[in-house]
Amino acid sequence: MTFQTHTGNRGLVLEEKLIFEQGEAGRSGVDLPDPAPVKSRLGGLARDENSEIGLPGLSEPQVVRHFTRLSQKNFGIDSGFFPLGSCTMKHNPRLNEKVARLPGIADLHPMQPESTVQGALELMDQCAHWLLVLTGMPAVAMSPASGAQGELCGMMAIRAALDARGENRRRVLVPESAHGTNPATAAACGFTVDSIPATADGRVDLAAFEAKLGDDVAGIMLTNPNTCGLFERDVRKIADLVHAAGGYFYCDGANFNAIVGRVRPADLGVDAMHINLHKTFSTPHGGGGPGSGPVVLSEALAAFGPLPYTARTKDGVVHLVEEEQADDFAEEHFGGKLQSFGRMTAFHGQMGMYTRALAYMMSHGADGLKQVAEDAVLNANYMLRSLEDVLDAPFADSGPCMHEALFSDKGMAEGFSTLDIAKGLIDEGYHPMTVYFPLVVHGAMLVEPTETESKAAMDEFIGALRSVAERAKAGDEALKSAPHHAPRRRLDETQAARKPVLVWKEPELPVAAE
Amino acid sequence: MRYLPLTQADRASMLETIGAGSVDDLYCDVPEGALLKEPVDLPHHLGEMQVERDMAKLAAKNMGTASAPSFLGAGAYRHHVPATVDYIIQRGEFLTAYTPYQPEIAQGTLQYLFEFQTQVASITNMDVANASMWDGATSCAEAVLMACRATRRKKAVLSGGLHPHYREVTETYCQYSDTQVAGRDGHPEHQATADELDDLIDDQTACVVVQYPDVFGRLDDHTKLAEACHAKGALLVVVFTEAVAFGAIKSPGSFGADIVCGEGQSIGNALGYGGPYVGLFATTSKLVRQMPGRLCGETVDQDGKRGFVLTLSTREQHIRREKATSNICTNSGLCSLAFTVHMSLLGEDGYRKLAAINHERAVKTADALEGVAGVEVVNDSFFNEFTVKLSKPAAEVVEALVARGIMGGVPLSRLYPNRDDLGAFMLVAATETNTDEDIAALAAALKEVLA
Amino acid sequence: MAKKFSKEDEWLEIDGDVATVGITDHAQQALGDIVYVELPEVGKKLAKDGDAAVVESVKAASDVYAPVDGEIVEANEELDANPALVNESPENDGWFFKIKITDASQLDDLMDEAGYKAFVEGLED
Repeated sequence: MTFQTHTGNRGLVLEEKLIFEQGEAGRSGVDLPDPAPVKSRLGGLARDENSEIGLPGLSEPQVVRHFTRLSQKNFGIDSGFFPLGSCTMKHNPRLNEKVARLPGIADLHPMQPESTVQGALELMDQCAHWLLVLTGMPAVAMSPASGAQGELCGMMAIRAALDARGENRRRVLVPESAHGTNPATAAACGFTVDSIPATADGRVDLAAFEAKLGDDVAGIMLTNPNTCGLFERDVRKIADLVHAAGGYFYCDGANFNAIVGRVRPADLGVDAMHINLHKTFSTPHGGGGPGSGPVVLSEALAAFGPLPYTARTKDGVVHLVEEEQADDFAEEHFGGKLQSFGRMTAFHGQMGMYTRALAYMMSHGADGLKQVAEDAVLNANYMLRSLEDVLDAPFADSGPCMHEALFSDKGMAEGFSTLDIAKGLIDEGYHPMTVYFPLVVHGAMLVEPTETESKAAMDEFIGALRSVAERAKAGDEALKSAPHHAPRRRLDETQAARKPVLVWKEPELPVAAE
Repeated sequence: MRYLPLTQADRASMLETIGAGSVDDLYCDVPEGALLKEPVDLPHHLGEMQVERDMAKLAAKNMGTASAPSFLGAGAYRHHVPATVDYIIQRGEFLTAYTPYQPEIAQGTLQYLFEFQTQVASITNMDVANASMWDGATSCAEAVLMACRATRRKKAVLSGGLHPHYREVTETYCQYSDTQVAGRDGHPEHQATADELDDLIDDQTACVVVQYPDVFGRLDDHTKLAEACHAKGALLVVVFTEAVAFGAIKSPGSFGADIVCGEGQSIGNALGYGGPYVGLFATTSKLVRQMPGRLCGETVDQDGKRGFVLTLSTREQHIRREKATSNICTNSGLCSLAFTVHMSLLGEDGYRKLAAINHERAVKTADALEGVAGVEVVNDSFFNEFTVKLSKPAAEVVEALVARGIMGGVPLSRLYPNRDDLGAFMLVAATETNTDEDIAALAAALKEVLA
Repeated sequence: MAKKFSKEDEWLEIDGDVATVGITDHAQQALGDIVYVELPEVGKKLAKDGDAAVVESVKAASDVYAPVDGEIVEANEELDANPALVNESPENDGWFFKIKITDASQLDDLMDEAGYKAFVEGLED
């Protein structure tokens, strides 16, 4: 491209300055009434009138245009096919957004008296009920704010249960293909991590696992379906063995979308599993949250879950059970004592996400959710079989995959990598698949179409990916500098990390000559 | 099913491509008997109108803060959110994006995160801020763990003025990492002095955590405490629950705080019965590599154009695994966008004015309540929330006010269920949303209830 | 002064009872652009194979282990401001720390330059 525009804009590809570079003092996008003069009760801690905070002043139209232009530099599910493996980028229904904003839901304060929030508690209870039936488990802790906090919840429940048994088990077995959150979570609960190798067909090496069991093993953290997109055939044996050895089975439920409505984790011997409502149950990813990670718990762990929790008593009233009432409440209504490991969030968790997830579950029903899992698995297998002749699929011979198809960088021309394929897909108008995860496969590419893609959309993507893969095999140099058509070219991450610039600072003006 | 594009013909042709006889064949690895043949025991699917109707029925069983005079605070505050905020966060390019792992097509998210970080650093008067945490309480817990890493010490002193839920979450996070959590219980009629906290600091103390304004609404200058901490090699962590406050009061950074963290819900985010909210987290340049959570940084692309990326990710779980600074992954992206849009609309003048109005409303409310027999305003100082002592048990008073259509405050017995000595106290918060009529109604209702 | 190498891709330049330690040219090439080095505190006592430093590229963090028992007497503060030194001058200006050796016999387990070269080539085969 030889022609450079005056503005740096290219048609609809618009450059946009930071808000700090656009604002001016004395302007605001909000009209507020002048406060009446009162005697200050700030106790001598009033902010100095003359010290600037450093916030720019913009009018409403400027703010709207700024963020609209920023939004146009983003790729979302609404923009196009987004096959980011292990993230389940399915369609986010707008009905969910609408109901979450209903008056009587969005404007509830978390510390309102119980009598004024019966509908909200019922909503939480209904959401919990759906999750319990879908997993077959007896209890659910709703409050964890994300999948990672859900893991923390499950592992803390295990730690609390071991402590209650008076057992000092500290070793947690984690397959080498696990999400990075698994070992990070185990470490945060005071456990040490012992890695289990995988077999050639991408599953837990049962013999190696068995050899690692012992009376110091607290449990296993296993993702199922696993991070290679495969169902762990030996999952029941693994559960039985870990139970027999006195440990617990934590299941990372990140990939629940493949089995929702078709397989209940309780039938696999799971003791704790988090459910990412922002994956399986379509609450928006929002550019990195907020998520929500309720954790279903087995009979053995139920008493150790976090507070607060909702409970329905025999009179049909739903209660929010908080801290110190918890023991009395559990004794009075359920005839047992609660041994909660504590509180995880300031209030009751991600209510806004329960509302969206419940709307999604009600919309699908039991019949639709079964179809969700089946179509997700069907779409992924269609990807696998439509691409395995151009991309190396290391586990393709071991049978069908679940909701995602895994490929490696084997067979590309010298100097070409998975990264080049990803960037080439950007030029083709796609969000790339997950790359370099799981770590057990060289140059991994994890493709998760989800059930909300049409066959036509997948066929187009397959065509694009085949074309990019052929270019990588042929050694097309243009691919190495892709993307060429995105708002930005490849970014210098080394510079960003060597000299971190994390906030905007006003450029220093040259000193005016006297 | 309106969300599923595949037709029966599509499914049949795809199975043929795959070479499978049925979908069940694709589940051949599921153990015997675990593959369900029939849908689980839950209702059949519903149309959009029916779902909306059922949800509206549930919503109607609640008494929302928009439909009644409400003076509830204690860590969550009702503010007016401009219509622009909700419009922007519902744009699909923001709403349905993922964490910006492919920066070339995520500059929208990355640039607003950079703006968010700058805004958070500005209002707290700190060097740097991260791209958000889950909420104020988890921010507080992560701050304590970070202080332990940075000082290589294992003891945290929590002030009695810290929100009890924040204390509980911090205790939850610390309980299995050999970190000792010390500190006294707070009382609205006794404000701990810097000297009292000073006595708890020793050469094993990683940090002292204070809340500003504190849970009872009080304000205190923590400059001396910061000096005392630094003299013993400990860090000062300042926590807040009301992000509007810094438009009116001295910034925590000006005290010499090392970590400032708290709740950002007040700016741009709905009350939403407690979540999702957005944790803010700021610190000094010196401590940046000890920070938890995601960080967005400025750089250039191949053509030399300014752009943004997630950076310093070697601190994080996907690289450091069991040695990561935190297990946080997904944070509160969209809530931080709401914060950024609202803050951009406010600007310097709007933010300060909003804070001034909040203080004015609270002063008016305190003045009105001081005229009611049986009500005593406990605080000497406050921003937009204060504690009152009532002549009857506060929990009962709150219920009696609800019966009169008013949500008058949060009884301390709700926050401290095992503290019999706090039964008479209630937290009252006032914001720009409270009108003169609301204040008069609260005073009149309290007069009746306490008579 | 004798120069020794470890199987963990560290070099040691021994001067009396103090060894200057860094990572080898081979190691820096494998790691790519170095963005940060976390150095041990002066005065810290380390056991052989214990964590001594962390060297970070954009996408990876690698532990650097103590090649011998000893006490840290100096750390290269230049690396704070300019971690690129590790790439530019790995076996010279890009040194990590100086350690006072407590057990000189441990040096016998290390390789000389020729031995290390053969070790690296062996890995590549």
